[in-house]
Amino acid sequence: MRLRFWGTRGSLPVALGGDGVRDKVRAALRRAEGRSFPSEAALDAFIEGELDFATSHGYGGNSSCVEIIGGDNTVICDMGSGLRELGQQVMQDYGPGQPRRYDVFLSHVHWDHIMGLPFFAPAYIPGNEIHIHGCHTVMEDAFRRQQSDPCFPVHWEDMGAEFAFHQMQPGQKYRIAGFDIAAIKQNHPGDSYGYRLERNGKSAVYSTDGEHKQDSESETRQFVDFLAGADLLVFDAMYSLADMVSVKQDWGHSSNIVGVDLCHRAGVAHYCLFHHEPIYDDYDLQRIHQETRRYAEIMNQGQPLQVSMAYDGLEIEL
Amino acid sequence: MASGCHGDSRAGGSGGGEVLEEAVGDVRVLCPAGRIDHTSVEAFQNALLPRLEDCREDGVAIVLDLSAVEYMSSVGLRVLMLAAKQCKGQSGRIAVAALGEQMREIFQISRFDMVFPVYEDRAAAIAALTRQE
Repeated sequence: MRLRFWGTRGSLPVALGGDGVRDKVRAALRRAEGRSFPSEAALDAFIEGELDFATSHGYGGNSSCVEIIGGDNTVICDMGSGLRELGQQVMQDYGPGQPRRYDVFLSHVHWDHIMGLPFFAPAYIPGNEIHIHGCHTVMEDAFRRQQSDPCFPVHWEDMGAEFAFHQMQPGQKYRIAGFDIAAIKQNHPGDSYGYRLERNGKSAVYSTDGEHKQDSESETRQFVDFLAGADLLVFDAMYSLADMVSVKQDWGHSSNIVGVDLCHRAGVAHYCLFHHEPIYDDYDLQRIHQETRRYAEIMNQGQPLQVSMAYDGLEIEL
Repeated sequence: MASGCHGDSRAGGSGGGEVLEEAVGDVRVLCPAGRIDHTSVEAFQNALLPRLEDCREDGVAIVLDLSAVEYMSSVGLRVLMLAAKQCKGQSGRIAVAALGEQMREIFQISRFDMVFPVYEDRAAAIAALTRQE
């Protein structure tokens, strides 16, 4: 099983602006200290070897979209703006004339999780099948409303692909696209659902847009049981804990350190922070990654936890 | 677990949930101890929150001496936020003091250093919170 992250930002896609580019150029030049680089290879070695991640790469700005590779079809969690590039890649890999089946697991229908579909090229090609799975009863209605006047000029009825919506129930087990899958209800305005996907002895949990208040041990225990022994947790780590439990309480999101504590309790091996706050720049996110690793070290009770920061383009092999 | 608190000591629970107490003028110093995580947080909450009821403008001020806390997970920090909200709602004052190296890092990582006034040691916190006549 392999996960490829196409969109990792929460709430709203963001783009690196002019000031952000200038900050990175400034940081790179400062690091170069007047050196010249005689070849492209030497320049690449400098970029990869000496610049920090925030300067040389960054975390990207597309909203939630993660591809789960290794099953029978193209499997996707959420259809945020990252879906556009996923569609382009699939078209490039297989060609537009090859009909494909796509299985999508939808955490919920808030706009940042569905906004990619109108720009998903395979959705316009007859012969393709797009199966959307989720626990909300309003899934189809949300997509139809997104593609109707006055919101978008191409209407739902004009999409070329064949769509099917599949109602799931939390707590039940499913076999879809070669994965064993279960869903869990999460605390979020209008509810959201996390998904656990298993195949060939490997397991990944995709859990975004969930506020884990930890004010009820029975509720926390239910989620810990859902995570138990997972190889990977992709988790909504949008806020600092101080923000989560004060000014942003009941906004439906969790914090970086809540994720660490849940992973330690559940025996998760690899924790991936996801659904990044759009106001954070690349240097903020890099610092949060380092801090979260340090917190995991402090709280480690003989149970090492790998901590990754999701970015657009990241791949994690399980 | 060693603690800076003496005098009217009352255990609020076992292990990491224990909270000792000392009165210094109109300042109440509360001293949690040990590891505060999901196994001890209930005792910690039960020991801490009732001792804030008279944290008011004309009552006592609260200093949380965290010198004996080894670490505190997010569930323990959540209880500290409840404490801060309770004191603020009662127009009382609360501060933390004497964070060890790990607790200082945890406060910084969680941004709780922006929630509470943080003092280097309990004496500084007591001096700052003692009502000026």
